[in-house]
Amino acid sequence: MSLTKENQAITSKAWRTICHTSDLVKDSGISALLESEDEQVAIFHIPNSEEKIYAVGNYDPIGKANVLYRGLVGCIDDEPVVSSPLYKQHFSLKTGKCLQEEQRISVYDIRIENEEVQLYL
Amino acid sequence: MSTGKQLSSKAKIVVVGNGMVGHHFVEEMSKHEDYQITVLSAESRLAYDRVYLSSYFAGKTAADLALTTPEHYDELGVNFETDAKVTNIDKVAKVVTTESGDSFAYDKLILATGSYPFVPPIPGGDVEHSLVYRTIDDLEAIQASADVSKVGVVIGGGLLGLEAAKALKELGLETHVVEFAPQLMAVQVDAGGGRLLKEKIEALGVQVHTSKATNVIERGDTCRYKLCFSDDTVLETDLILFSAGIRPYDNLAREFDLELGARGGIVIDNQCKTSDSDIYAIGECALWNNFIYGLVAPGYNMAKVAAKDIAGVTNDKGEAAEFTGADMSTKLKLMGVDVGSIGDAHAKTEGALTYTYENQPEGVYKKIVVSSDKKLLLGAVLIGDTSEYDSLLQYMLNEIALPESPEGLILPSSGDKPTLGVDALPDTATICSCLNVTKGDIIAAIDCGAVDVGQVKSDTKAGSGCGGCAALVKSVADKELEKRGVEVKKDICEHFAYSRREIYDLVSVGKIKTFDELLEKHGKGLGCEICKPLAGSVLASVWNDYILKKPHLSLQDTNDTYLGNMQKDGTYSVVPRIAGGEITPDKLIVLGEVAKKYNLYTKITGGARVDLFGARVEQLPLIWKELVDAGFETGHAYGKSLRTVKSCVGSTWCRYGVQDSMSMAIDLEHRYKGLRAPHKIKFGVSGCTRECAEAQGKDIGIIATDGGWNLYVAGNGGMKPRHADLFATDLDDETVVKYVDRILMFYVQTGDRLQRTSTWMENLEGGLAYLQDVIINDSLGLNDALEAQMAAIIGTYQCEWKTTIEDEDALKRFKPFVNSDKADSNIQFVTEREQIRPARGQEKIDVKLIPSTESNTAVTEAVAEEV
Repeated sequence: MSLTKENQAITSKAWRTICHTSDLVKDSGISALLESEDEQVAIFHIPNSEEKIYAVGNYDPIGKANVLYRGLVGCIDDEPVVSSPLYKQHFSLKTGKCLQEEQRISVYDIRIENEEVQLYL
Repeated sequence: MSTGKQLSSKAKIVVVGNGMVGHHFVEEMSKHEDYQITVLSAESRLAYDRVYLSSYFAGKTAADLALTTPEHYDELGVNFETDAKVTNIDKVAKVVTTESGDSFAYDKLILATGSYPFVPPIPGGDVEHSLVYRTIDDLEAIQASADVSKVGVVIGGGLLGLEAAKALKELGLETHVVEFAPQLMAVQVDAGGGRLLKEKIEALGVQVHTSKATNVIERGDTCRYKLCFSDDTVLETDLILFSAGIRPYDNLAREFDLELGARGGIVIDNQCKTSDSDIYAIGECALWNNFIYGLVAPGYNMAKVAAKDIAGVTNDKGEAAEFTGADMSTKLKLMGVDVGSIGDAHAKTEGALTYTYENQPEGVYKKIVVSSDKKLLLGAVLIGDTSEYDSLLQYMLNEIALPESPEGLILPSSGDKPTLGVDALPDTATICSCLNVTKGDIIAAIDCGAVDVGQVKSDTKAGSGCGGCAALVKSVADKELEKRGVEVKKDICEHFAYSRREIYDLVSVGKIKTFDELLEKHGKGLGCEICKPLAGSVLASVWNDYILKKPHLSLQDTNDTYLGNMQKDGTYSVVPRIAGGEITPDKLIVLGEVAKKYNLYTKITGGARVDLFGARVEQLPLIWKELVDAGFETGHAYGKSLRTVKSCVGSTWCRYGVQDSMSMAIDLEHRYKGLRAPHKIKFGVSGCTRECAEAQGKDIGIIATDGGWNLYVAGNGGMKPRHADLFATDLDDETVVKYVDRILMFYVQTGDRLQRTSTWMENLEGGLAYLQDVIINDSLGLNDALEAQMAAIIGTYQCEWKTTIEDEDALKRFKPFVNSDKADSNIQFVTEREQIRPARGQEKIDVKLIPSTESNTAVTEAVAEEV
């Protein structure tokens, strides 16, 4: 990544609307494509959990496919997790850390504002 | 190249030889920090696995067989030299010198020089294509020779000789085995077993010649050479492979004056020390108690003992480690033939008595050797079926008193075969022979705090070798845990302290309709990928709601959510139902047209239907719309539910068919399609006893008879094959359906998560007889309820794909992105055998996302050009 592009990214960071709350599926995930087109985000809506909404990278670094939004969500020892639909490893929705292997996925700041789902990008 | 001179003050250990045993010693010794280890190997390669040598011809490479690498030895801090043959030992100065003149000082010297193949001195035998079978270099020579040969002969019909014969066979040669003794494997197997073994090996296309002594090898008439035997017969061959036993590589000991056995071998004591107390010998070059062990396990044991002795490691009682011999019992598969040999296989013990069972049609031979008072097992030979091996070995090793009629141990199962309970085993009983873990070790692990089998395994390493002892480890651990009052938990996961069966009862008795309700009343936390699909399956079994209805949606695994099987690249497969494998040409054309339109990889499955691969999520509804419009419905290939009913054409077409198996298969498939179960279910229906549909390998198998149908249950292919049990005979159509209704519903209600019918039935207390009692005699008074429940489920069947494509809301799930219609650029295909396949890592190109198209073609072409 070039320096200018990085600078742009830093200067332009702001809350950006991705979709409407009605697009969310309770206790499940959806995926969104970022403007750069080389990043995909998995967004999970878990109303009974602490944060209620989570955003992590959609790319499964172990299975090497963009599939994490299709994984089942739940908790392991109170940590909210998504389980990869390919090989079932758990990734923390809070930290992005894989609970079984030395792998990590990105985590994004996410909020709901006026029924709009927004990512801080 | 290092000079071998060390600046450190660590004690110097020099290991001569880097075979399997020499390498094992290095691994053991490097656990202790105070030693500087130097390995001198005469071969050009570091240690590799000789046990699996023959797999070299099945495509394994030298790297696959390697037991270590230069990097690994560097990591361990071990110096090593290859092509470094030791030619001199100065026992006084304690220095060894190699052929090239390098010298290495030692404090302790380990001789692990192994053995070499014995080549009998046959006149004319020293010719170009006369080879041995021992090292990777030998294998390369065999391969090169085989390339210009048609016929190959192995001289020697022992264990290694048969391995070598297998290699020649795999190289495509007409293969012969010539044995001097009257039988094969004369060391391990008795005459009767040898006879059967010969028959079996010959049936595999290898010609066996026993009682043949080769007098001379001459130039051949039709082949390169001619073996002339002492009985005046001859055998022509292009390649001769000697496998006539091994001889210890003891020349260093011979030259430099260490004590040798009368017929060779470096004499060692119980600490593996030679006559010079600073020199140890281990493995096949060592002679212990006048015996050379030609197996790897005793060699490993010697390596361990020598390393402990050098490091001064003692046991709890302060005793030094000791090598006290090894049991030579073996169980192996030779060219696909099961062979087992335990202890005194030849009944040489004075007064020994034998029991023999032979079943020639099935190719099974079993013999046990017992003491004169019939109290103890001394040995056994098993050919063709080694299922009793483990149990017999325990009887022998632990001197367990035999049952009153010892023959029961090897007679075919008559239902009352005495089984050896784990309680009968003494603490010294070896449970895992690869890692040498005893029952006492397992008990010790539990005493130290292990609370389940998993922990016992990780603490003791039991079962981490070949894994054959897994079941035994579990029974020992479970039994010991039970004795200590530890409840063996059946909880499905951390969110529910219940078994699947209990959850089923909670749902049906409590009239629970959603997962949230179940979690609130009986669970905790948010659930997980184990309890959610389980609850989804149970809710579907009890209430049969459309599984993608909002409250159930988040419970399903991706396969159930997207109604297809996810493949490794995140695409899905599409499998429409083709009941009984019967399909009209018009429908077959539709499948072809759809596959072509969407450029899907197309394959006929083992279940007699068609699998279409490579559909992206957004394509699934489009593809299924076309299929549903043409009259197809979902095949549930993604579900824990009925997959296929395999069938033959039966009496309608077949000259031999006695019933209409096709109609029966199609009726059954339509009756049970969509039923959610603990695991997938497969059926087979055969129209006659020839059993072309392989019904006895299915969960439910039905075979036509003159008088109706025979019903089989709980068969399985796949990972753990199980022959189905005959459940009832000569049933009419109506009774078949009634019984199957009850059996399936009983399974759905009581099976564990991911438990196939085979393990389910084996775990039912009382097994088959109990199941027959419940289903046929209604011993639990459940049958009316089971039938009613099944009728309700059949009555509410809907094709999930039809329902999905008619539901606008559900279709939202199939959009690739919530904020874009573009397709995932990481899904890329290349062409192979005229069809697509997922691009592998290095084949992928960095493409910007392209607009979603109906077909896969665009991406395919873009990538295909690049590759």
